Amino acid sequence: MSWVTQTLSSSLGRKVIMSLTGLFLSTFLVVHMAGNLQLFKGDGGRAFNEYTYFMTHNPVIMTVSYLLYTSILVHALMALVLTRHNQASRPVDYAYKRPEANSAWSSRNMGILGTVLLIFIVLHMRTFWYEMHFGTVPMAEYDGKQYKDLYKVVEAAFSQWWYVVIYVLSMVALGYHLVHGFQSGFQTMGIRHKKYTPLIEALGTYVFAILIPALFAAMPIYIFLKTNNIIG
Amino acid sequence: MKVNLKVWRQKNNNTAGKLVEYGLDNISPDMSFLEMIDVLNAELIRKGDEPVAFDHDCREGICGMCSMYINGRAHGPQTGATTCQLHMRSFNDGDTIVVEPWRARAFPVIKDLMVDRTAFDRVVQSGGYVSVNTGSAPDANEIAIPRTIADEAMDAAQCIGCGACVAACKNASAMLFVAAKVSHMAVLPQGQAERKIRAERMVAQMDAEGFGACSFTGACSVECPKSISLDHIARMNREYLGAKLTSENV
Repeated sequence: MSWVTQTLSSSLGRKVIMSLTGLFLSTFLVVHMAGNLQLFKGDGGRAFNEYTYFMTHNPVIMTVSYLLYTSILVHALMALVLTRHNQASRPVDYAYKRPEANSAWSSRNMGILGTVLLIFIVLHMRTFWYEMHFGTVPMAEYDGKQYKDLYKVVEAAFSQWWYVVIYVLSMVALGYHLVHGFQSGFQTMGIRHKKYTPLIEALGTYVFAILIPALFAAMPIYIFLKTNNIIG
Repeated sequence: MKVNLKVWRQKNNNTAGKLVEYGLDNISPDMSFLEMIDVLNAELIRKGDEPVAFDHDCREGICGMCSMYINGRAHGPQTGATTCQLHMRSFNDGDTIVVEPWRARAFPVIKDLMVDRTAFDRVVQSGGYVSVNTGSAPDANEIAIPRTIADEAMDAAQCIGCGACVAACKNASAMLFVAAKVSHMAVLPQGQAERKIRAERMVAQMDAEGFGACSFTGACSVECPKSISLDHIARMNREYLGAKLTSENV
């Protein structure tokens, strides 16, 4: 084995892979959230559709998107490898244990939270990504140019209450996943410092675990209220 | 006071074990947990039964021999203390107390509550040392070490190798133990010569022993009798990754 494969297959190396892919996915969330804020613009979806056109035609974005799909797969598969290894490390379990006395629930259930998120990602990509790339999407015309009207697809999906519920619950899972995952990613990389760790923890908790999932959850709720004429 | 014990009994590593119930009366609240087990064993011997095998040595909280997973916690309900420093006053009269051995693939049960922790010895043998020339003892102040560095090294060196970190971790990971050993020599001038090879070898040996990976739940640090900080795990990760990237060992 070369030193590279040896490093990456060690227990520490595997966690580094989790950390790098996880933190990359976290930065993606910021971009994805910022772009999708255009759903709130109230312009019939024009800004959002122009933004989707840009995202599906810019070569840099398209390259990064493949890196993103790979990261999701690697993060999920490596989690499976690690979970199996960790379970094998304790073949006989305790008859009585009180893990709540020494650790946070989210930190012990990253696998379950991650599975919820993976199912969510599949559903989410089927509804929007698949329709955008392979499905039939209505067209919209702005200034004589044709655009795929993904906004209509968004409206159709989020006008259903159960769909909104799935999204909101998934964002709760995202919050719990990130409240542990974001700061752990830095710990795994050995980044722990009196000056910066409190900042990383605050960023992970208030921005990544609360603000971002809350804004994402607000999108389906807003569209639901709008399409069902509850708000104007 | 009166207690109802459920103790793990297992003849050896090849046979299955089970929890066996024992009732004890007239236990003094001032007894240590181990003394309470001594009372149980005296009764078992009187009745002609096999006494409960358990590890213990100094009984003053510094040797790291006593173990026991008590009521779902490593070393029992107290924090920052070994089982020998746990007293029966921490329990209520009539309590049921479940006592199990450390559970980890790398710590096979020898008998009852005793587990084989030589995996830790092999991890230390793989790199947890500094090579020095023999001869007369060097002058204590020959190498100047700032107080803060000495304190930090001592915080890690406090590790008594009891294995509570492994026992408490949901992954049976030995990261806190190995981190303490890597960390305390990585910060001292004496540890510099073997700094990279130490991190590489000790992590490799830890993996070979079959310990799990770190999920950073923090359970190890909470249950550690010496309250060793998670900072050391971050340092070990830094040491290991730095060593892998820069050492000459391919």
